[in-house]
Amino acid sequence: MSFLQYLINGISIGAVYAIIALGYTMVYGIAKMLNFAHGDVIMVGAYASYCVTSYLGLPAIVSILVAVAVCTLLGIVIEGLAYKPLRGTPSLAVLITAIGVSYFLQNAAQLIFGSAPKNFKSIVSMKALTLFGGGLTITGEVLVTIVVCVAIMVGLTLFTSRTRMGKAMRAVSEDRAAAQLMGINVNQTISVTFAIGSALAAVAGVLLCSTVPTLMPTTGAMPGIRAFTAAVFGGIGSIPGAMLGGILLGIIETFSKAYISTQFSDAIVFSVLIIILLVKPAGLLGKQIQEKV
Amino acid sequence: MKKLLKNKTVLANARIYLLVTLGFVVMFFMNNAGMLSSSWKGYLVPICVYISLAVSLNLLVGICGELSLGHAGFMGIGAFTGIVIAALLKGKVESDFLRLLIAMVGGGILSGILGFLIGIPVLRLRGDYLAIVTLAFGEIMKNIIGNLYAGTDNNGFHMAVTTTKMALGDGGKYIINGPMGATGVQKLATFPMGFLLVLFTLFVVLNLVNSKEGRAIKAVRDNRIAAESVGINVTAFRMKAFVVSAVLAGMAGALFGLNYSSITASKFNFNTSINILVFVVMGGMGNILGSVISATVLYVLPEAMRSLEDYRLILYAVVLILVMLFTWSPKVKEKVAIVSDKFSRMFKKKEVETNG
Amino acid sequence: MADYPKNVIQVPTYNLFREQDAGKLPVLDVRNLGIDFGGLTAVDSFNITIGPTEIAGLIGPNGAGKTTIFNLLTGVYQPTRGSVLVNGIDIKGMPVHKVNKLGIARTFQNIRLFSEMTALDNVKVGMHNEIKCSFIASLLRLPSYYRAEAAANMKAMELLDFMGLGDVADKKAGSLPYGVQRRLEIVRALATNPSIILLDEPAAGMNPSETAELMHQIRRIRDTFHIAIFLIEHDMNLVMNVCETIAVVNYGKIICKGTPEQVRQNPAVIEAYLGKEDND
Repeated sequence: MSFLQYLINGISIGAVYAIIALGYTMVYGIAKMLNFAHGDVIMVGAYASYCVTSYLGLPAIVSILVAVAVCTLLGIVIEGLAYKPLRGTPSLAVLITAIGVSYFLQNAAQLIFGSAPKNFKSIVSMKALTLFGGGLTITGEVLVTIVVCVAIMVGLTLFTSRTRMGKAMRAVSEDRAAAQLMGINVNQTISVTFAIGSALAAVAGVLLCSTVPTLMPTTGAMPGIRAFTAAVFGGIGSIPGAMLGGILLGIIETFSKAYISTQFSDAIVFSVLIIILLVKPAGLLGKQIQEKV
Repeated sequence: MKKLLKNKTVLANARIYLLVTLGFVVMFFMNNAGMLSSSWKGYLVPICVYISLAVSLNLLVGICGELSLGHAGFMGIGAFTGIVIAALLKGKVESDFLRLLIAMVGGGILSGILGFLIGIPVLRLRGDYLAIVTLAFGEIMKNIIGNLYAGTDNNGFHMAVTTTKMALGDGGKYIINGPMGATGVQKLATFPMGFLLVLFTLFVVLNLVNSKEGRAIKAVRDNRIAAESVGINVTAFRMKAFVVSAVLAGMAGALFGLNYSSITASKFNFNTSINILVFVVMGGMGNILGSVISATVLYVLPEAMRSLEDYRLILYAVVLILVMLFTWSPKVKEKVAIVSDKFSRMFKKKEVETNG
Repeated sequence: MADYPKNVIQVPTYNLFREQDAGKLPVLDVRNLGIDFGGLTAVDSFNITIGPTEIAGLIGPNGAGKTTIFNLLTGVYQPTRGSVLVNGIDIKGMPVHKVNKLGIARTFQNIRLFSEMTALDNVKVGMHNEIKCSFIASLLRLPSYYRAEAAANMKAMELLDFMGLGDVADKKAGSLPYGVQRRLEIVRALATNPSIILLDEPAAGMNPSETAELMHQIRRIRDTFHIAIFLIEHDMNLVMNVCETIAVVNYGKIICKGTPEQVRQNPAVIEAYLGKEDND
């Protein structure tokens, strides 16, 4: 395979990471918590889509809408029941709760669907594009993933800069107390953030399983961790950072598998992350905050 | 006044040692009397291992205030080092006990050295960034161990990270076989050694906490800038806590590795790190006795709920969430207080009635 | 320097030393100190020398750069220009904990105690470098550990008693009242065996009787430990009564240096700072 082929595959997997990382980064920026259950919301989204297409036999687009609706609701419920009561408590308490939620989702999925992998039918029915006389193949999934990712980034950028709620989100992430004094409903803003993050997770789940068609209760865990590192990589809390981090991580992963070593791709990816953090301790696009003495 | 202060910590520590010893003695005699089922017998060593892991992680998270998500990585280093050492010493060191001890010490030392090397870059970071980098190192270590080949042939010991480089000659025997992990491990681990490990871990951590080093570590946690201003080398003390914690985790890992006939690197993944962290947080940050109890209870709980089959892990998750809500949420606490108040009033009324 | 008001008192180095300090090396010798934050000059051309047993004050309006100067003197910030000599040694490039070892200790404007630790342990953390007991000795609880701990406890209690805090030794630092916390910070600074301590608004948040007590204690610290004290304070009564020399800063520059009497009468100071108080 050619360099270009690897690059495009890398961008595609990176685009999925980026969409997941957006959820991590927005929640971190606004609620200042690491939502470890985010990866499992992806899995729930994928199962929701799977149910609609396989059991109900409805078209792919309906399944996406259902997945988004289910995950949005799930995000709001999780936030309201598990995280909201813990607002203002030490971040470790919230972290452990998030881990509890993650266990809960994984085991609930296992109870309902069993641990055997399901064969996820791709939602993309487009034929692969072949360029340069067969030198470069772009599958429909890759194309759709990249287009969706770009659309989401543009949409989110417009949302945070133009809309009232988007501006409120930025204000809360800068200074929660000051935002509250300015009359912003902080609880509502955080709920909306979770809703958006979870909706994105649903989209990511469907795209992920269209590319890698096995669906298990643990499907979301590893991409979740990858996406989390992508978010930190780009500078956690920063939306363009999550995009950049996700795509770079995807490219690094694909290239290291292709050119260096398949077995050690994990080690290489995480080593790059560590090096970046040592050179730029707040990530690529993050803001370094100096502690005031 | 001074005597009293000193006695307080001495008493608190004595209570921890006493409880652990009591637990050991009871379980030891029950085991010898054949009162334990085979599955319960299987829990004894892992419980000791997880207690040590929880206590050593508590040193880092609770006392030093640094969140680490890669503790299982050090455990894995210790496990595989221990397995290799134990296999190499087979036939050379007669006593199984001594061989296990050497394997554990070796596992601890290598883990400590790696902890130091990793600490140099990692400890430049703080907070969530430190957490993510420890996670990354945990995954890197798991990845490397998972592709490691080690074995002996007539020419001696060989080690490599690919099958092609790893060509064993005559009389060749794999100790670690890449992704297949270590197989045919001689199960050296014993419950008394587990108990000794717990005692050693407690000894190191408790003595460290109540010394000038421990005070410096806590000072760094409470206020880094103030600690610097009174002449404490913050990096050095974070490093000390990090290395001590890695050594103890490596020793526990070695005991763990030598408790099973085969083991793969995937056992030492992110989930295991998280589980240990859960023990620490549930037991109370910086609370050593809490870590001991919560590691025991939380390890046994999912196992004891086996009769509930598929529901047990969901229940575990629910318990986890509820405990966090009940211990931390101000609103939930308030409601609990109201309910308990009502109850106590009800009882008081009854008392009055009966008295009247 | 050119645009200083004409009547700035140019104080020759050392001439404000107390008699017993005459001819001795200053504990703190600051020359032409300056720092820029991204093009903004926060401190510029700051000069001061403080003798071994001098009580000096640093005053100036809010935002004049006083705490920034303290951060420069203790190595928290690296200066853009100039040098700081503690006991004759340049602190350039040193990490904060090494600067402290040269003999300079401080308190913080926004109290920074080790709030989860007892008052006694806070002081013992301050004595960290003085407690001679190896890592191994404390791990194995060798006799030297018990000796070192007993000695440390004794000295820490003495220091606490000195500031009248003996009763709260085993209380959590974070649970103590504000005024007590401020004094505990001073004890912790003293525990590092400094030759000069910097007090950043020691009387902030104290009531008048506490402040009066503090004034008395500051003098007692100097007289008992024979060390220099350099303090930032807004309470003019405290500054004028306790300090032997006063430096006034505004916009990061010294506008006047001298005895309380000289400072009080300096028109530039009155205009920049004290004038406001007169109008009250």
